[in-house]
Amino acid sequence: MALVVDIKKTLPNFNLEVAFEATREKMALLGTSGSGKSMTLKCIAGIEKPAAGKIVLDGQILFDSNKGIDLPPQKRQVGYLFQQYALFPNMTVEENIACGTRQMGWIKRQKAVAAMVERMKLGGQEKKRPAELSGGQQQRVALARILINNPKLLMLDEPFSALDSHLRWQLELELIEVLESYGGTSLLVSHKQDEVYRLSDSVCVLNDGYAERKKPVRDLFEAPSTLSECLILGLKNISRARAIDDYTVDAIDWGARLSTNNVVPTCISHVVVKEDDLVFANGVVSNNITCMINQVIDDVTSTVVMLTTPGGGNGDSRLQIRVPKTYGASLNRSERLRLHIAPSKVMLVSQAK
Amino acid sequence: MDFFPLLNSIRIALISTIAVFFLGIFFAYHISRANKVIKGFLDVFLTLPLVLPPTVVGYLIIRILGPNHPIGIFFQDLFGIKLVMVWWSAIFATVIISFPLMYRTVRGAFEAFDETLAYSGQTLGLSNTFIFWRIRMPYCRQGILAGTVLAFARALGEFGATIMIAGYIPGNTATIATTVYQYWRINNDEMALRWVIINIAISAVVLLAVNMLEKRNLTIRTKNAV
Repeated sequence: MALVVDIKKTLPNFNLEVAFEATREKMALLGTSGSGKSMTLKCIAGIEKPAAGKIVLDGQILFDSNKGIDLPPQKRQVGYLFQQYALFPNMTVEENIACGTRQMGWIKRQKAVAAMVERMKLGGQEKKRPAELSGGQQQRVALARILINNPKLLMLDEPFSALDSHLRWQLELELIEVLESYGGTSLLVSHKQDEVYRLSDSVCVLNDGYAERKKPVRDLFEAPSTLSECLILGLKNISRARAIDDYTVDAIDWGARLSTNNVVPTCISHVVVKEDDLVFANGVVSNNITCMINQVIDDVTSTVVMLTTPGGGNGDSRLQIRVPKTYGASLNRSERLRLHIAPSKVMLVSQAK
Repeated sequence: MDFFPLLNSIRIALISTIAVFFLGIFFAYHISRANKVIKGFLDVFLTLPLVLPPTVVGYLIIRILGPNHPIGIFFQDLFGIKLVMVWWSAIFATVIISFPLMYRTVRGAFEAFDETLAYSGQTLGLSNTFIFWRIRMPYCRQGILAGTVLAFARALGEFGATIMIAGYIPGNTATIATTVYQYWRINNDEMALRWVIINIAISAVVLLAVNMLEKRNLTIRTKNAV
């Protein structure tokens, strides 16, 4: 089930430029809304047409601008789970699922539908209309309709975005099971990084239409390598940086020189630190940043402390850390603190495409 | 009691509605897919009869089809047919006046169609023909029916243009509306009132039908918002 995608398309808000390969894995496209995720899925499905490039699935060319090939969606055998499921309102559950069976004869179709109803635990709902079903049942019908014909690729467009948190968790657990039993290549599109972490093996970050290099999910979270990856992960402690030597950087916005464990690449543009890795200096003298408390915000289970770095180049630069609530209560505005970053925790990031 | 006006009104309304049914769907489907410029211009042009006084519409029709004007003369000379002052002259008026109702209602239904349903059908392997007849049309069915009923009601109640084009000839071109007008003019209150009540009864039934269809349409639409 190898999927090869390499497409370009010019759109009003950005230029879409996506290239990746995926084989029998659970892949994700992670990006904010308007970054081109849904457009990529639509191009793969054949609903939209890229300006240039190629899309190959399991050795079959779905689209190739050089050879003038553009298969209609009906022939691509790509399963697409839409955000709102797109169940046909005038048909029953059975009829909806039967829509997924293309050339099957009548008897074979009845058997296949019955088997799928059983597998998706929809027994008893067969004659109902989509409007009469719960959110979870609707998702199962939508998936049943797609899976009944063993598509070569399964694409999921932000499957949980329209749901409240309780239902979301339930459906996510169900989806995990479905993905395990499907076993082919799947492509999940989402703007929530925690969903991507739980549901996929590899990920491409999309930013303004441009897809970063595909990497294993753990690698992205542990060591993001580009600025857009850091932003999508929600990392807040970012400073412009300049290389001083192989193991030292100048964090311009923080006014600090930092030693690193990893070799500093020549194209470095920023340094990033996770909240948890910013600790109080307590006597350590190297890799420190002098800060001043700007805001103390009481959060549900901890306290957020926003700090400025007076010694840094950018007056607006902020650092953000979390402390236990009891300690947070004793902090005041304008207090000075010294924070320390262990050399192994300094993340080096480039902006280069 | 002479029931000719009732039969005449109903046959005019039925024939007119059949014509408007096909014309309305045709234009609604194609214009909803047209580009902005064409859509804007045609939309204004086709909706005009809705906002013009029926007498204005009637006057315009006479100027085109009347015995002293080109098309009227053409038909008179070639086929010996008079286009005005016969019972079916009213149909020209009712078609033009009720068309915007059908057109706008159906266009609204087409444009409210969630295109994602068509996309999902395509990715499942359904042919475009299947998608049109089994998914798009049923979804818009309520809108089409509502438009048809509205057009029928409007055609049944047409007066201003009808009286100008077809006139009032008892037993020939009289409709319910023109008959009431005539009885009022000659001060025959009893007969006028009878026809008024008949008209109210028919209109009430038609409106009931429209309301029921609109409600079903609304329920399907709101339940779909997952």
